[in-house]
Amino acid sequence: MRFYEYESKALFRRHKMPLGQGELASSAEEAKAAAAAIDGPVVMKSQVLSGGRMKAGAVKFADTPDEAAGLFAPIMAAEVSGQTGRSVLVEEKSPVAQEYFLSVTWDGRAKQPVVLFSDMGGIDIEEVAETHPEHLSRTHFSSILPISPRIAKEAVSAVGVSGSDLNRLTPIVFELMKIFLEYDLTLAEINPLAKLEDGRFIVLDGHVDMEAEARGRHKALLAELGVQEEETRQARPPTEFEIQGRQVNEADHRGVAGNVVEFDGNLGLVIGAGGGSLTLFDAVRKHGGKPANYCEIGGNPSVNKACELTKLILAKPGVEKIAVMMNVVSNTRVDIVARGVVKGCIESGKDPKDVIAIFRIPGAWEEEGFKILEKHGVEYCDRSVSMYEAAGRAVAKMG
Amino acid sequence: MPGMFIDVRVDAAAAKDTELAKKLAEVCPVDIFEAGDAGVSIVEKNLDECTLCDLCLEAAPGKVQVIKLYE
Ligand code: SF4
Repeated sequence: MRFYEYESKALFRRHKMPLGQGELASSAEEAKAAAAAIDGPVVMKSQVLSGGRMKAGAVKFADTPDEAAGLFAPIMAAEVSGQTGRSVLVEEKSPVAQEYFLSVTWDGRAKQPVVLFSDMGGIDIEEVAETHPEHLSRTHFSSILPISPRIAKEAVSAVGVSGSDLNRLTPIVFELMKIFLEYDLTLAEINPLAKLEDGRFIVLDGHVDMEAEARGRHKALLAELGVQEEETRQARPPTEFEIQGRQVNEADHRGVAGNVVEFDGNLGLVIGAGGGSLTLFDAVRKHGGKPANYCEIGGNPSVNKACELTKLILAKPGVEKIAVMMNVVSNTRVDIVARGVVKGCIESGKDPKDVIAIFRIPGAWEEEGFKILEKHGVEYCDRSVSMYEAAGRAVAKMG
Repeated sequence: MPGMFIDVRVDAAAAKDTELAKKLAEVCPVDIFEAGDAGVSIVEKNLDECTLCDLCLEAAPGKVQVIKLYE
């Protein structure tokens, strides 16, 4: 769940991170008043949930309060990845000597959080990683054991920062690591982290993403920030397909068959189990397949739930076949999912053997499930076929 | 009417037993049996949800059949 910049900064302020003076404005009058309070040049930033604001004209500079008032409407109207601003953050324009990049995120491969630090901030960090890898450090730390400022110091010094800059940056990096862990974040990023001409460091721009499932643990913080319970904070509003997916999931308490995300491919996916959804989605793409959707099934969904999800995916325009694939299951029953997807195909007026490209769900009650698939002529495989290979088989059938 | 994958049949005489009906309705985890004044009836829309747990068979030995239509 992504936070707006002003919310991220409110969280940083709670932790005494160095921030410039700023106010949130919801009208031209408020923008004018905020600029007047700052009493100097200001930067005005549209509050949207995606990057690329500068290019879209959603960030502008004003030298006077009147200019700030005049810029409010065009900034609010500027479209950034399909979104327009919910308000404008008016902040003092700081005299910057150098920009740094700082981020704490989760490294899925290392199964640990990682600090990414660069002395080349303000630009695309992927580009820095590619063209100047020596200017980007990656420092892992434990999410279980106590952390110390030494890790933060290592991250900063690894790119050659030393002396008083190192001493000033270390507590900022350490604080961000603590914020990342304390609020169950998936990303805490400051870019740019600026060194001012007088040698101080301040957070110029930053954003955080919270693990959506951790919302319940942070109700007090969310209430303090004014985040409403119904706000999904996705980068775009849900599509009709996604809304219907949620309805399928909510209509029956048994198991999960939801978290549907729409894509524009031709291969529908009924996937899940223990990280299986992401792995399988990636595998389909790696084989050159075009997923029509992402979804998550697990926790032993009922036959009806698997059936309704299958029908929803098959009804999506452009879907030619579906691939039913999961990691090895223990609490989800293979035969129950097999019944559901076969029934979904038949109720959609389609022959399961024609539309199920592959069924790869090994685990509990698989013999029973395989009997159902055999009866309907559906190609299936057990755990001797990897998820990657199964995805390849499905893609190969797409012609 | 049977389900697509499962059919459940109750012996005609046993189906009129209201006490047995209550027992079957209680043990089935997916509500395939409904107990009424006239005995037990089968909830057809739930037939395919049968978990093959055999609890109904244990509750009424020899009086209930759970049939896998895919075998
Ligand atoms: S086997 Fe279990 S789920 Fe199936 S009808 Fe009997 S009690 Fe219900």
